[in-house]
Amino acid sequence: MGKALKIVVLAKQVPDTRNVGKDAMKADGTVNRAALPAIFNPEDLNALEQALVIKDTLPGSTVHILTMGPPRAADIIRDAMFRGADGGILLTDRKFAGADTLATSYALSRALLKIKPDIIVAGRQAIDGDTAQVGPQVAEKLGWPQVTYAECIETIDEKQIVIKRRLEHGIESVSCPLPMLFTVNSSAPECRMANAKRVMKYKYAKTPGELQELQSDYISDLCAGRSYLCIEEWGVSDIECREEELGLQGSPTKVKKIENVVLQAKESKRLTGADADIDSLMAELIASHTLG
Amino acid sequence: MNNIFVYIETENGKVADVSLELLTKGRELANTLGCKLEAIVIGHNLKGLEKELALYGADTVWVADDKELAPYRTMPHCAIVCGVFEQEKPQIALFGASSLGRDLGPRVSSALHSGLTADCTSLVVGDHEDTKGNKYKNLLYQIRPAFGGNIIATIINPDCRPQMATVREGVMKKEHASKPGTGEVKVIDHKKYLKDTDLAVKIVSRQIEERKLNIKGAQVIVSGGYGVGSKDNFKLLYELAEVLGGEVGASRAAVDAGFAEHARQVGQTGVTVRPKLYIACGISGQIQHTAGMDQSAMIISINTDPEAPVSKLADYVITGDLNEVIPKMIKYYRQNSK
Repeated sequence: MGKALKIVVLAKQVPDTRNVGKDAMKADGTVNRAALPAIFNPEDLNALEQALVIKDTLPGSTVHILTMGPPRAADIIRDAMFRGADGGILLTDRKFAGADTLATSYALSRALLKIKPDIIVAGRQAIDGDTAQVGPQVAEKLGWPQVTYAECIETIDEKQIVIKRRLEHGIESVSCPLPMLFTVNSSAPECRMANAKRVMKYKYAKTPGELQELQSDYISDLCAGRSYLCIEEWGVSDIECREEELGLQGSPTKVKKIENVVLQAKESKRLTGADADIDSLMAELIASHTLG
Repeated sequence: MNNIFVYIETENGKVADVSLELLTKGRELANTLGCKLEAIVIGHNLKGLEKELALYGADTVWVADDKELAPYRTMPHCAIVCGVFEQEKPQIALFGASSLGRDLGPRVSSALHSGLTADCTSLVVGDHEDTKGNKYKNLLYQIRPAFGGNIIATIINPDCRPQMATVREGVMKKEHASKPGTGEVKVIDHKKYLKDTDLAVKIVSRQIEERKLNIKGAQVIVSGGYGVGSKDNFKLLYELAEVLGGEVGASRAAVDAGFAEHARQVGQTGVTVRPKLYIACGISGQIQHTAGMDQSAMIISINTDPEAPVSKLADYVITGDLNEVIPKMIKYYRQNSK
C-alpha cells in the first residue's frame, strides 16, 4: 500500500458544441451561446475518472478540481464532487478573460504552485477549442514531465506511474517519475456517475461568490459550519503572478478575424429518391468515369 | 536567422507524410517571404534523409542523431528544438498536428513564450494593423475552424517569435519543390541542450501498427453522418462502398455516437480527403466536416433535409431517405457496370 497522493484535475466548463442545432445559430449567422448548454468538458470527465482510480488505489489520496472560468463554472466542481472529488478551486477574475492557451496555462500553473499537488490530470482537449495545448503547456511551466493521450494507468506508487498511451498508429507504455502531469483521451473509461449520497452531502457546496448571490441565511449558516461545502474561489490577488502575462494582454496569439461559416454555394442539381433520378445519376457517373 | 523551420517526424527511418506536406507549404511561404526553409530532424539512424528533404525544398537540415533520441520522447526533443530555435530565431515554425506534434508543439511554445495555433487548415502571409495603429508586415495568418466548426478564425502572433502552427496530415499538398533545396546538413551538438531529468520518462513497451485503414487514398468515399441513425444503418454504406470500390468515411458526430471508428473520421479533427467522388449520407455539413472533404472532385449529398448546409457544396443533392436511395444505387451499379 503506497503513500496517499494529492491529485488535481484540470477541468473546463464548455459550451456543448457537439449538438449545434438550428436554434444555435442566430439570424445573422453568429453563434448563439445562450442556446448551447454549458457542460463538463467530456475528456475532463475521463481525466476525473483516472484521478478517482488513483484515489481508489492509494487510499487517503485527495482529488481536487481546478477550473478557470466565470462564476457559473462552479457547477462542474459540484458535479465532480457528486462523482467522488473532495473539492475544488474556481479561478475567476476579469483579469483572466481573453486568455489564449499560453496565458491560461500560466494562470493555472501559478495556482498549482500554491496547491502543490503530486499529480495533475487533465483532459486531452476541450471541445470548444480542440487545441490540446493547455496540458503540455502547464507541465512545461512547472518544469514537470508530461504524458499525453493516456488510456489507463498500469501501475502507480508514490514515486512512479506507468501509463498506457494511445497514439495514432499504436500504443505505448511509459514510466514517469512523480510529480508529473498526464492528459487523458476519450478512449479511456467513462467517468463514474454521481452517487446519490454524495449529491445529498454536497448539493449546497458553494463558492463565496455564490453564497453572496443567494443571500440565504440558511445556506450560509449551513456552509459556515461545514468546510467540505466550501468551494474555494481565487482571483488574481490570491496567486503569485505577473499580471502582464494574464488574459488578453498575456496572450501571444491574437484573433485577427472571425468569419461565420457561409458555405460557397455552387450550382447543384436537385434530385429525388425516385428510381428514374437515381438511375440517370448513376448512368452519368459511369459514363464520366467517375465510377468504374 | 529568421527563417522557416519544419519539425520532421520519422518512424523507422521513414519521413512522415505530414512533414513532407509541411515542407511543401513551408517552401511556398519561404519563397513569398524571401527567406530560407530549414528542417529539423531528431532521432536515430537519420543518415541520408537530407536528400529526400531537399527534394521538398529544405535548404538546411539540422540533425540530432542519437540512440537516446528514438523513439520520440517529449522532454529531450523539446530541449533540442528549443535550443536550436533560441540560437536560430526562426520567424515561423511548423509541426504536424499528429500525436507527436501535438505533444511537442505546445511544450515548445510554452518554453519559448511564443503563440501556437493548432490544426490550421490554411496558412497565408499577410499584413496587420492593430487597434493602436501599430503596423506589422508579413505575418503568418493561421486560419482554422473554431467553436465546433461554426466559425473560422484567423489567428496571428504579432509580437512573439516563432509564429507556430500545427497542421494535420493531408491538409496541405505534398509536392517536390520546383527547384530542390540544397539540403545542407548541420549537426546539432544536442548533448549541450539535454539535462539528466529530460530522460526521466522511459518507454516500457511500444506497439506501432502498420496503417491498415487508409481512407485518404480512396477514389470513392461513402461517408455517413449522425443522420445515418445507427451503427447498424452504416452497414448499407459499407455495402455501397464495397460495390463502388471505395471506403467508408464518417463525420465527427457519427464517430462520437459510436457509428464508426475514429480512423474513418473526415474533417478538421480527422483526415482530409480529395477523392474523385464523395457521397455524403445524412451529413449536415458543418465546417468541421467540410474542411476535410470540400476538395473532392465531385460531391453527392443524400439527405432528408434539402436545406442541409452540405447542399451548398454538393454537385448533386438527393433529397430522400438513404435507406431507400442507397439500395437503388447499388442495384443500378451492379446491373450496369462492367
